[in-house]
Amino acid sequence: MTDTLTIGGRSFASRLFLGTGKFRSNEEMAAAIAASGTEMVTVAMKRVDADDRDDDLLAHVRRPDIQLLPNTSGVRDADEAVFAATLAREAFGTPFVKLEIHPDPRHLLPDSVETLRATERLAADGFIVLPYCQADPTLCKRLEEAGAAAVMPLGAPIGTNMGLRTRDFLEIIIADAAVPVIIDAGIGAPSHAAAAMEMGASACLVNTAIAVAGNPVAMARAFADAVRCGREAYLAGLAQTGSVMQAEASSPLTAFLD
Amino acid sequence: MFSEELKKIGWDETSRRIAAMTDADVRRALMPGHRCTVDDFMALISPAAEPYLEQMARLSRRYTEARFGRTISMFVPLYLTNSCTNSCVYCGFHVSNKMKRTILTPEEMVNEYRAIKRLAPFDNLLLVTGENPVLAGVPYLARALDLAKPLFSNLKIEVMPLAADEYATLRRHGMNGVICFQETYHREDYNLYHPRGRKADFEWRVNAFDRMGQAGVHSIGMGVLIGLDRDWRTDITMMAYHLDYLRRRYWRTRYSVNFPRMRPSENGGFVPNAIMTDRQLAQVTFAMRIFDHDVDISYSTREPAALRDHMATLGVTTMSAGSRTEPGGYYSYPQTLEQFHVSDERSPQEVEQALRAMGREPVWKEWETSFDRPHLVS
Repeated sequence: MTDTLTIGGRSFASRLFLGTGKFRSNEEMAAAIAASGTEMVTVAMKRVDADDRDDDLLAHVRRPDIQLLPNTSGVRDADEAVFAATLAREAFGTPFVKLEIHPDPRHLLPDSVETLRATERLAADGFIVLPYCQADPTLCKRLEEAGAAAVMPLGAPIGTNMGLRTRDFLEIIIADAAVPVIIDAGIGAPSHAAAAMEMGASACLVNTAIAVAGNPVAMARAFADAVRCGREAYLAGLAQTGSVMQAEASSPLTAFLD
Repeated sequence: MFSEELKKIGWDETSRRIAAMTDADVRRALMPGHRCTVDDFMALISPAAEPYLEQMARLSRRYTEARFGRTISMFVPLYLTNSCTNSCVYCGFHVSNKMKRTILTPEEMVNEYRAIKRLAPFDNLLLVTGENPVLAGVPYLARALDLAKPLFSNLKIEVMPLAADEYATLRRHGMNGVICFQETYHREDYNLYHPRGRKADFEWRVNAFDRMGQAGVHSIGMGVLIGLDRDWRTDITMMAYHLDYLRRRYWRTRYSVNFPRMRPSENGGFVPNAIMTDRQLAQVTFAMRIFDHDVDISYSTREPAALRDHMATLGVTTMSAGSRTEPGGYYSYPQTLEQFHVSDERSPQEVEQALRAMGREPVWKEWETSFDRPHLVS
């Protein structure tokens, strides 16, 4: 059985997406991308000069098998995000956009109100919008209605590597979603990514944990394996911990059916 | 629309998978805290789960109490008409059945509403009709809702499938919910049992739920007629797929399910293709609760009193009482032909006492008309 993820009409065999920030060199980033087997990488609009064909970062990520996902990191409201996304569409030649609106420069926490507004406008304008958002189940449904192609709830504050701190809410989001759910932010170790996939997440987006690892290329490989393992376990049907509730022989609840 | 999804789910393949479920599949589905998929639901309604009925009951009760507490929501149906242009081969209101047809007048409706109020403090009213779009169509239903709203806060309808804008119109007349039984998800059998009339259109019916969702209907009720298709397990699984589909898309809506069992030779003289035993009904009920902790599970007076009382403590959350299934049966025409025979013939007070004796609180009012005001004025 082929198990591909489809977003915005494009199929992805790998369920690991990579961010391209924080690497010590573009060469190392390119090697990590290759090792990860990823087919979608995010690129911060603010980091690249898309008009410059020799832009070093871009030169390292432009590959036919890789979907570029420009992100709007740095914008502070919906108006700025729409403007940035429009520029990105022209510059990168793709309608894919990772919508990031975090006016707060300290924690980089997404602004739910502005994110919803921008999603509505961008989706109406034909963008394939992947909003980075709070692990808020209601917000995720609203984003879906607004036309988001997927939702990207955070597992923990971005860059903290703390794992799935929002686990209970992620479970609800996954259980209720009609679009792919990509866990973004906070995934610090392959075991976190595996856990997210075991829960039924559609994909994981990882950046810091790979970029700042002792050996980013080896870590990219480890994440690829973890995501694959977690997905396979999810599809296989996990055995649960604990035990099946026991029947009490003394006063059975179903005696009236005998 | 769900008809497109349904095409991707093979009936025969689903039947085979249910039959192939194992002990391990059942045990996995029964782990406390496990989020059930439709696959798990299939395991729980399969024969492999029969030895686990007691464990299923315990888990079902735990989830039900956590979500609903120890309450049972009470409602009452009112048949507005037995006039029907359809030819459902199993139904007493079949178009070619020679019987007196009644369409309640506005005056008669009000008499019925008042008679129901004298019966018990019902506040949840279900208005039922056959399919007669000319004489009992949307304007007729709107009138019935207008007249009922001052007396009942929560109004549901169980009528022919409507267009999305018609559901929206009825919402503005105070309609809070819609119940519609798909009867069966087996397309060929559906066509066999609904040979003529508007109801012969399978797509129109199965996609009615999408239209309700699009119209923002607060509460949607679903059901398959158990015994219509030989393989009720597969039919109920299709309903579980449908429920899963709907709640992801129309997430503001509350859902309810019902498992109406056909009896041998009801009014239509139709012999059911399968008989579901009480144990099997209990198993399906527990499975539904374990699959969906939040769905309302409704048992009508079709079911016998003792079964209803016990199941009220194990997973059922909504019940009718004192029901008459003939139009005008509470006041105007108490002797006319009923659609199906009521098994639990107790008065609402007797049902109430029985539920209290089982440690359950009957809840009569659970909605506030003023919440509807924005819809009523828009």
